[in-house]
Amino acid sequence: MTNKQQTPRQLTRGDLLSVFWRSGFEQASWNYERMQNLGFAYVMVPAIKRLYPDKQDQIEAMQRHLAFFNTMPYMQSTVTGVVLAMEEQKANGASITGDEISSTKIGMMGPLAGIGDPVWWGTLRPVLAAFAVGLIKGGTGLLGPAIFFFGWNIMRLVFRWKTQQLGYREGTDIVRVLSGNLIPKLTQGASIVGMFIMGVLVPRWTTIYFPGTIAHVYVNGHLNRLTGQGLLDQLIAWYCCTGVDTGLFLASQTPGKTALADYCVIYYRHPWVLVGVTRISGLMR
Amino acid sequence: MSTLVVVSMLIIAFLAGVEGILDEWGFHQPLVACTLVGIATGHIAAGVLLGGSLQLIALGWMNIGAAVSPDAALASVVAAYLVCGPAHVSTAMGIAIAVPVAVCGQIFTKLVRILVVKLVHVADHQVARGNLNNVSWLHLTSLALQGLRVAVPMGAVMLIPTQLIHTGLDAIPAVITNGLAVAAGFIVVVGYAMLINMMASKALWPFFFIGFALAAVKALNMVALGVIGVCLAIIYIQLSPQHHDNGTGGGSASDPLDEELDDLDRELEDL
Repeated sequence: MTNKQQTPRQLTRGDLLSVFWRSGFEQASWNYERMQNLGFAYVMVPAIKRLYPDKQDQIEAMQRHLAFFNTMPYMQSTVTGVVLAMEEQKANGASITGDEISSTKIGMMGPLAGIGDPVWWGTLRPVLAAFAVGLIKGGTGLLGPAIFFFGWNIMRLVFRWKTQQLGYREGTDIVRVLSGNLIPKLTQGASIVGMFIMGVLVPRWTTIYFPGTIAHVYVNGHLNRLTGQGLLDQLIAWYCCTGVDTGLFLASQTPGKTALADYCVIYYRHPWVLVGVTRISGLMR
Repeated sequence: MSTLVVVSMLIIAFLAGVEGILDEWGFHQPLVACTLVGIATGHIAAGVLLGGSLQLIALGWMNIGAAVSPDAALASVVAAYLVCGPAHVSTAMGIAIAVPVAVCGQIFTKLVRILVVKLVHVADHQVARGNLNNVSWLHLTSLALQGLRVAVPMGAVMLIPTQLIHTGLDAIPAVITNGLAVAAGFIVVVGYAMLINMMASKALWPFFFIGFALAAVKALNMVALGVIGVCLAIIYIQLSPQHHDNGTGGGSASDPLDEELDDLDRELEDL
């Protein structure tokens, strides 16, 4: 062990870039047993080869990274950065055990996924997609898909590289950064933009058709039909869309009264159910 | 259809399948996948339009934890092929077909995710022998499987003669196609509600209603509304007392913090 300290083993910039590139394939072997385990090990391969020249050390390191792991894929870069720093210290003889590295991974994956899922999947992607679809509806052709594709990937790549570097630089001190008020600020900022855009999209892009005739009215011998749609159009215009949407939201929020919320999830996950339901309710055009 | 079109269709389908599991570049998102199919088949406008419509349906589809959402990858390429390809199905029909196809794709990806467990066990053995390169190959093999689970069904659909596609689609009773159309519409609204559910807190509801009121101003396009949204967020965070109470992290913590906020602003401006 003492010999190792004479020539400190360090990851080169090439190694860091290689790990960064491999991070983009992290989920390829997502499986129902240990989820992203092989993915994380795959990402670590260049670093492990550099840090542990001894075959037995390599095997040991790879085995600890083949343990269960799952987080939001883009947040994996933060974890990887921290783990790179720890593995580097371990390779240079610091008293870090394999278990400590494993428990750091497990400790970070949950909270980071809790931030990453709502911000990336729940806010940034829908908002960017909605923006792009808005452009398409404005008749701009390929501009919408191009903005979606490039905007998303620039954000993603910059984020992955920066957080990997941050984790690598800070090591286990990352806890200080994560427990500061930066993350609540970012999360809330994203949520505000998201809520605002959803407020815009609901009336602009959703319409509800109410079938059926309420009354037949004869005016000067002409038959006028008073339809549900006509009435609602006059009274509240598109505000009813928000009614239904807010209703669904409240249904999915109300504790105890989960029946309706369950139906929402069923509709969402099993669209076929709706075919039957719409047939019965006559909501069909 | 020329060989070039067939090959590029299969490549697009493979890429979509790969991205369906990776969730990185976004080739499985309808906006991208349908546009690419549109370019490959030479009907760009139809592809982009279909992509936009399907993207709205898939707006709330996300893989969280171990949950697998309906599959946008297979739905996008198959629907886009039917609409932009030689069959020239109507966009409305394409959207209706996309919904059940997404459910099929979801089943396929779940099967592959079960299958990959075997490869992971092989990887365990390879690591025990110290073959690190084989581990990388096993990882990429499972990626290829995910690509094939979209490319193979896509190839099968392309083998069906155009005439048969039309006869088949005409044979579907109106109850089903209309029902699927309603389902597609409903999924959009449920997706919105689920997204709102993720973001909402008592303090943030006013932003929803500001957006709602401004939506009525037709002169404001999405760019203008995006700028308003981002500015509202920045102003709120600057003024909110909630973010100033616990600023006891010391002076050093504030520098990267401001820097990161600036980064966020720039990223959001990209939108």
